[in-house]
Order: sequence, then C-alpha cells, then structure tokens
Amino acid sequence: MNEILKLLEEDSRYTVSQIAAMTGKDEQYVRDTVRRCEEEHIINGYTTLVDWDRTSEESVTAFIEVKITPQRDDGYDRIARRIYQYEEVESLYLMSGSFDFSVIVTGKSLKEVSRFVSEKLAPIEGVTSTATHFIMKRYKDKHRAFLVEPEQEERSLFV
Amino acid sequence: MMDYDSLMSENVRALQPSGIRKFFDILDTMKGAISLGIGEPDFTTPWHIREAGVYSLEQGFTKYTSNAGLTRLRSAISQYLKRRFSISYDPSNEIFVTVGGSEAIDLCVRAMINPGDEVIIPVPSFVCYGPLVTMAHGVPVYVETKAENEFRLTPDELRAAVTPRTKLLVLPYPNNPTGGIMELEDLRAIAEVLRDTNIMVLSDEIYAELTYGQHHVSPCNIPELYERTLLVNGFSKAYAMTGWRLGYVCGPAPILKQMLKIHQYGIMSAPTTSQYAAVEALNNGDGDIELMRESYDKRRKLLLTGLRRLGIECFEPRGAFYMFPKIGGFGLSSDEFCTRFLREEQVAIIPGTAFGAGGEGFSRICYASSVENIETALSRLEAFLERLKNQ
Repeated sequence: MNEILKLLEEDSRYTVSQIAAMTGKDEQYVRDTVRRCEEEHIINGYTTLVDWDRTSEESVTAFIEVKITPQRDDGYDRIARRIYQYEEVESLYLMSGSFDFSVIVTGKSLKEVSRFVSEKLAPIEGVTSTATHFIMKRYKDKHRAFLVEPEQEERSLFV
Repeated sequence: MMDYDSLMSENVRALQPSGIRKFFDILDTMKGAISLGIGEPDFTTPWHIREAGVYSLEQGFTKYTSNAGLTRLRSAISQYLKRRFSISYDPSNEIFVTVGGSEAIDLCVRAMINPGDEVIIPVPSFVCYGPLVTMAHGVPVYVETKAENEFRLTPDELRAAVTPRTKLLVLPYPNNPTGGIMELEDLRAIAEVLRDTNIMVLSDEIYAELTYGQHHVSPCNIPELYERTLLVNGFSKAYAMTGWRLGYVCGPAPILKQMLKIHQYGIMSAPTTSQYAAVEALNNGDGDIELMRESYDKRRKLLLTGLRRLGIECFEPRGAFYMFPKIGGFGLSSDEFCTRFLREEQVAIIPGTAFGAGGEGFSRICYASSVENIETALSRLEAFLERLKNQ
C-alpha cells in the first residue's frame, strides 16, 4: 500500500497500469488499494501545484501563528474546526513550541487576508493572539522547487 | 602544407569513433526528440554532496592533493567497500583516487600490458576497453556473451578465449549496455578457469550500487579471485556525480604502485573539490543511493512491462540502468532500426552493435529518464512497430 501511496504522492497523474508496472502488482490490486485508501481517508484528494506568481492571478498567502487559551480534551480540535472551516484557510497545523496553531491563509490581497485575520480569526473564542507573516516568495512546495534551474550545456554524449 | 594524418600514431588513427556519437549528431538537429540514449543518471548530485564541494572551495582547498588522493577519502573508500560489499583494502597502499573510473581502467591496462598481450573483453560492453587496450599495444580479444545466458560470461566461453598471451580479463558487471550481472556461482566458475594461470581480472564495478533484487557480488568476494583482481569503481553512477570526474582503483599494492607512477606523470591528482565532495558522499550518502535505486527500479519495471506489452523480447536486466531488448526480426539491422526510429519517431536509442559484437539484433535503452519520457517513447515505439509490420 505505502509503495502505491508514495507513487501517487510523487505524481497523482500516474495511471493504474503505470503504478501496477512500477510496483509489480496487478492492476486490480492497485485499483482496490486506491479505492480503499480513499474510503479510509488515507488519500484525501488529488491536487496540482500551481505557481500563481507566474500567472496574472493576484494572490497572497500568509502564515499565521495563533495562540489560544489552554485547552483540555478535544478543545484543540473544536477550535481548529472553527478555524479550518473558512474557505480562506489552506492549511492548519497544531504546533509544539511557543504558539499553538499554524494557519496558512490565501487571499487576493494583503488587505483581504488582514481583514480575515482581524474580523474572523482573531475574534474566535479561545484565540488569544495572532501574528501574521506574509509569504513573499515561494521557493519550494511538496518537494518541488518553483525556481527553474538552468540546464547544463554541452553534455558528453559518449557514455 | 603539413600532412597531419601521416603524422598521427597509427594506433590512434585506426581507432573508430564511438557508435553512440552518430545518434546524437542526428538528435541535435531535431526538436521535440526524446533521448533514451545517454548513459547517465538523470539526477543532480544530492545537495549535501555538492555543498561539501562548495564548502571546500570556501575554505580555500584549491591545491593539488597527494597523488593517491586525500588520505581521508581513501579511508572513506576503504570503510565504504567494507560496509557495502564486505571487501577489505588498505587505504595506505591498496587504494588510489582517479579521474573517473575511466582513468582507472586506462591505468590498469597501461600498467599491465606489454605489446601483444591479450585482454579478454566480454561484449556487448562499454565502448572504452578495446580502444584503451589497443592504445597500450595490447590485443583485445572479444568474447560474445549471449542473451540466453543473460549476458553472463560463462566458464566455457572464457576457457575458449584464454591463450598463453592472455594477461587480463575484463569483468564489466553490472553491465552497460545489457543490464546483466554476475552472481556468486558465476564468479566461482570463472575463478575455476583462472586457477593456476597468471591472468589478472579488471573488475569494472561502476554500477555496483545499482542492482535490483539482489546485492552486487564482486570477484573480490571470492578469495581465489581477490588476489588477482583490480577493482575499479567511482562516484558517477551511485551518487549521480558524472561531471565531478572521480573514481578509484583498488588492488594488490605492487600493481598499484606501478599504476600510480602513470597517474602521477599524466594526471598528478584527481580534482580536489571532487575529492572533498566524495568524502561526504561516502560518509553520508547511503540514503541517496537507496532513493535513486528505488527510483530507477520503478522505471525499470515500467519500461520492461511496456516493452513486453508491445511483444518485444527483453531479458529482465538486474543491474545498471539499461535495458537491452531484442529488436531483430523486423527485417532491419540494429543500426537501421535505431536510425529509422530516431528519424521517424524522434526517439534516440542506441543500436546494440555500438557495444561490440553480439549486439546485432539488440538496442540499448536507458531508463534513467522521466516516466513521461519513457511512456512517450513506448507509445512512439508502438506506432513505429505498427508501421514496420505493415510495410
């Protein structure tokens, strides 16, 4: 199973027959495994890595540190749910260290993201403070570098 | 007017340019062509290794090293060979660092060969051995290995090639271009043939880390062969470091002492930056090797499945990153097949004949290329075969 997941994480466009060939399993096994992983939420979706900076689309992303009042039992999950339900929230993690949640938010402009933080995120019950860091340039995401590296010229063709 | 041709060494003039070259000359003129021809990892050297090279430059390590190479690099090589392949060499006099495995091969040949000495070379194999033997005034004796033996050298084939002039046996395994390997019992049989002879073995193990389904076995793992083996390896394939030009040779101290003289006069020392990077590769690069091997293995399986689906016969390669499918049976020579495939479908693969006798009817496909390239090449091959059948 993990072998199949690693391949899909590498490129979710791999077809069942490609995955079957690369793992040495039969196609039915691959199909069943993928379906089971989807049902069990091991696979939570298929998406594409887009560098919006190369398009005309205006987009900003912020990384927000959120502190909350100490919680017991499922308190963190409850507050997390209140935060991640917002469309604007791209990712949300519970962190160790000096703050509690790391929230990644996208919007069309600095203003839009700022407004989200002040009007929606900060007032949530239990949130005691936020610190917003805007992402200025995206170099790498999901193991993919966004800068295009130059091709080496004049390679030997003899080997 | 100088007549330059007449000035040249006859040996040099008689050398043929590599048969691989021609295909890239055609390829160069094409747009949108795919090359599965070049025999090189498609990875960039892992960053921590590159960084070690950069760091050595920052520290100003820009001078020659000792002729044999950095002491710490030779120690790291010694530990690496012990750790990965259970082979023991003394870093002080049984290992030295060369400019790629190629220089090491050249030195072995030049140090051992007197005019007329014979060197047994299993083919198909990498293109350098014969010309280097010729340049050393030796005589290459080619032994054709067979697809039905998975391109292993058999004891009978070897026995038939041995003469009183035989000085050296090249064992190019894991093999470029066939992907064939030699296993323990194969090597034991070779040892049996060489027993009571003075024949040395030159074991080119540059692809030792790239084997699939089994660990690489070196002739050095067999006591009777260990004492008569010169082991050549390097960093190009295992760590994707082709451009760093770094290899090494290990073997009996009295032989290495002689070889080192040629290296000293011809080369001085291998590139210093590369040597520092190589120390990092050996000490902290085992994980990189695993990752790259797993990646090649996936593509190996993908290409093999794809070729077989097209009805092309291909023995399962167990080492290196090449496949050597049978492309005879379409009424074309290997050269014609590959040339037409390149011109009509813009995919470069190399005819087996570029790697010596026994290559007719086969071609080398390198799968160190993206999954996308491999898939595109396969679908173009399907179209090409379809057209051949209808002609």
